[in-house]
Amino acid sequence: MSKSDVSRRGVLKSGALMGAGVALPTIFTAQSAHAFTNEPTGSTVTLGFNVPQTGPYADEGADELRAYQLAVEHLNGGGDGGMMNTFSSKALKGNGILGKEVKYVTGDTQTKSDAARASAKSMIEKDGAIMITGGSSSGVAVAVQALCQEAGVIFMAGLTHSNDTTGKDKRANGFRHFFNSYMSGAALAPVLKNAYGADRKAYHLTADYNWGYTTEEAVKSSTEAMGWETVAAVKTPLTQTDFSSYIAPVLQSGADTLVLNHYGGNMVNSLTNAVQFGLRDKQVNGKDFQIIVPLYSRLMAKGAGANVKGIFGSTNWHWSLQDEGSKAFVRSFGTKYGFPPSQAAHTCYVQTMLYADAVERAGSFAPCAVAEALEDFEFDGLGNGKTLYRGADHQCFKDVLVVKGKENPTSEFDLLEIVEVTPAAQVTYDPNHPQFQGGALGTCNNGA
Amino acid sequence: MDAIILQILNGLDKGSAYALIALGLTLIFGTLGVVNFAHGALFMIGAFCAVTLSRILTLSHTIIDETQKDFLGNPLKVDVPYVHDIFGVSAGNAIIDWAVPLSVLFAIPIMILVGVIMERGLIKHFYKRPHADQILVTFGLAIVLQEVIKYFYGANPIPTPAPEAFKGSLDFGAIIGFDPNIIIYPYWRIIYFAFAAVIIGGVFAFLQFTTFGMVVRAGMADRETVGLLGINIDRRFTIMFGIAAAVAGLAGVMYTPINSPNYHMGMDFLVLSFVVVVVGGMGSLPGAVLAGFLLGVLESFASMREVIDIIPGINQVIIYLVAIIILLTRPRGLMGRKGVMEE
Repeated sequence: MSKSDVSRRGVLKSGALMGAGVALPTIFTAQSAHAFTNEPTGSTVTLGFNVPQTGPYADEGADELRAYQLAVEHLNGGGDGGMMNTFSSKALKGNGILGKEVKYVTGDTQTKSDAARASAKSMIEKDGAIMITGGSSSGVAVAVQALCQEAGVIFMAGLTHSNDTTGKDKRANGFRHFFNSYMSGAALAPVLKNAYGADRKAYHLTADYNWGYTTEEAVKSSTEAMGWETVAAVKTPLTQTDFSSYIAPVLQSGADTLVLNHYGGNMVNSLTNAVQFGLRDKQVNGKDFQIIVPLYSRLMAKGAGANVKGIFGSTNWHWSLQDEGSKAFVRSFGTKYGFPPSQAAHTCYVQTMLYADAVERAGSFAPCAVAEALEDFEFDGLGNGKTLYRGADHQCFKDVLVVKGKENPTSEFDLLEIVEVTPAAQVTYDPNHPQFQGGALGTCNNGA
Repeated sequence: MDAIILQILNGLDKGSAYALIALGLTLIFGTLGVVNFAHGALFMIGAFCAVTLSRILTLSHTIIDETQKDFLGNPLKVDVPYVHDIFGVSAGNAIIDWAVPLSVLFAIPIMILVGVIMERGLIKHFYKRPHADQILVTFGLAIVLQEVIKYFYGANPIPTPAPEAFKGSLDFGAIIGFDPNIIIYPYWRIIYFAFAAVIIGGVFAFLQFTTFGMVVRAGMADRETVGLLGINIDRRFTIMFGIAAAVAGLAGVMYTPINSPNYHMGMDFLVLSFVVVVVGGMGSLPGAVLAGFLLGVLESFASMREVIDIIPGINQVIIYLVAIIILLTRPRGLMGRKGVMEE
């Protein structure tokens, strides 16, 4: 019987060495296996759609979600391909993104910054979302953009119109396709001058939050530059429902034009109240009294009903545009859902396509590579004509639509008519323009 | 002077809505002792009665108009309301145009039914529970009701205009000797104020001059004694809950042309209405009405640009400031009764 050389200490030593040997490749490859947050390693990639599913903007959020689902279908090779067929970049092949099937998860922003951050965080940490997109409010966009910057994922903003999203609150990981307050003012002013003249006295009612301030500032500066006088600018609480006490003094002020820097329910109620008070039937300073709504949304216009007739405003996109991209998107969306898409749906669809295209061109999901591919990217065929994703502030520059409430709508969707397509050059500004000063993009964050 | 008159007028119609909701709240609190946080939801359901009747009156069949195209380029589908087929286009349009006033008749039985079901089905189980439990359950009910409405009608406001005959505004200033266009006031808001006055007067008359009302008032003063007299006071209180629901509902119906109804409108009024009830005095019907109009007028004055320039933000806190001052000086509210909410 031979004596065994195997001792307890020896087994432990050997085990430790073997364990270290097995672990060695993982230790040295860990950095590259997770080079950035939520790097997709399987055959799928997950996008996070963060939209208002409850709360006052739930209908707008539902339309955004429809657009995202359509975009995913097209990216995976389903449906008729929509705007992939008209997009000037031909990097997308209908085989997912970089050959990986696109999956998605959804979150509910509730149009509250804290809820939106919580849902985005959950999609990043629990569901492994590589990109977050969506939203219907600037407050939410700014909050989620900052979160994505910290987490090291790309944020493709949904509907956000405040200058600050790509102004003082811009971030290297955040990108906005939607237009902004400055662009609304710059596009509206010449049209208003043609329609109502250069001698007007304007009275502003402004929603008392960030978007309201930047919109008031943009419209005031552009209309004052063409000769209008601002008689008063009054802040109204965001929770206000009956605006009668704010509208009643307008005529007494000597103003002949009312600018409603309101969106959503505020816009519906203030416009309805203003029309009820018969402002549009009055004459002041020898001129017909006029009302202006700087930011229009078809979904909101529906809430105001016949009150929008003849009232000027601006919008990012409208389903009645006749370029090939818009027609392809309306056909795709309309066939699938039975009604035309909203501007919120359009910008969300486009943002998804732009992200996917940037990944394909970069050949990587790494946020910094994607950001580099998006910066100063010029494209066409997505519904707004030639567009530049400016690298200096991550803002898209494209044509802006000036619209007017239609006098004789033929359907519940046919509420706005396009008065003018303002060229991109007319709404382009310097990155250091006073309305956008403060803050910095900072450096891109890959996370990990 | 003109600005003051204008803000008083504004405050009266705003106060009308507060007073109607607060009246219903006080009726329920005074009779059943329940703090009903679902009362704003009853206001909202009333508004959606108007939306529903409007939709019923515009129920349509579809015809294809080959001469027009839809957004996809297909022949346009045109909806033709059945009332056009039944009454002709002109009379049919007139009926649709008067949907909101007609909704008053439509809403009364529905709101009474909703009130009775709410009271019998849920709230009666909480009579002997603490007020905190009542608040929680009725607040939860309010959220459920608004989510149900949102499920069926969506989250966006739904335009429900006044009849064409009542559009536009009255130049009140010109009537009383001011320059034209200085004091204007929409016709529908005048109607709303008059309607509120009729409803409030009707409720008071009902309680004051009918046997039913007398029993209810006796029950509010001493429920046990009335019960010992062999009167089924619970049944009468249930009916009062239905009447209170109808009052809130009618306030909602008539409010729809002022602001397009949405699922959240009840919550917008709820907190203010509670402040109105507390300021008026818990359980005091005249107090609720008085406080409703008082706070409505004060809120209007606080929204004046001249006032906001002096005290920024006053428009958002005026009602609560006044409530604090009144409760500090008169702890039972303007017309509160001794012993109510003081156990």
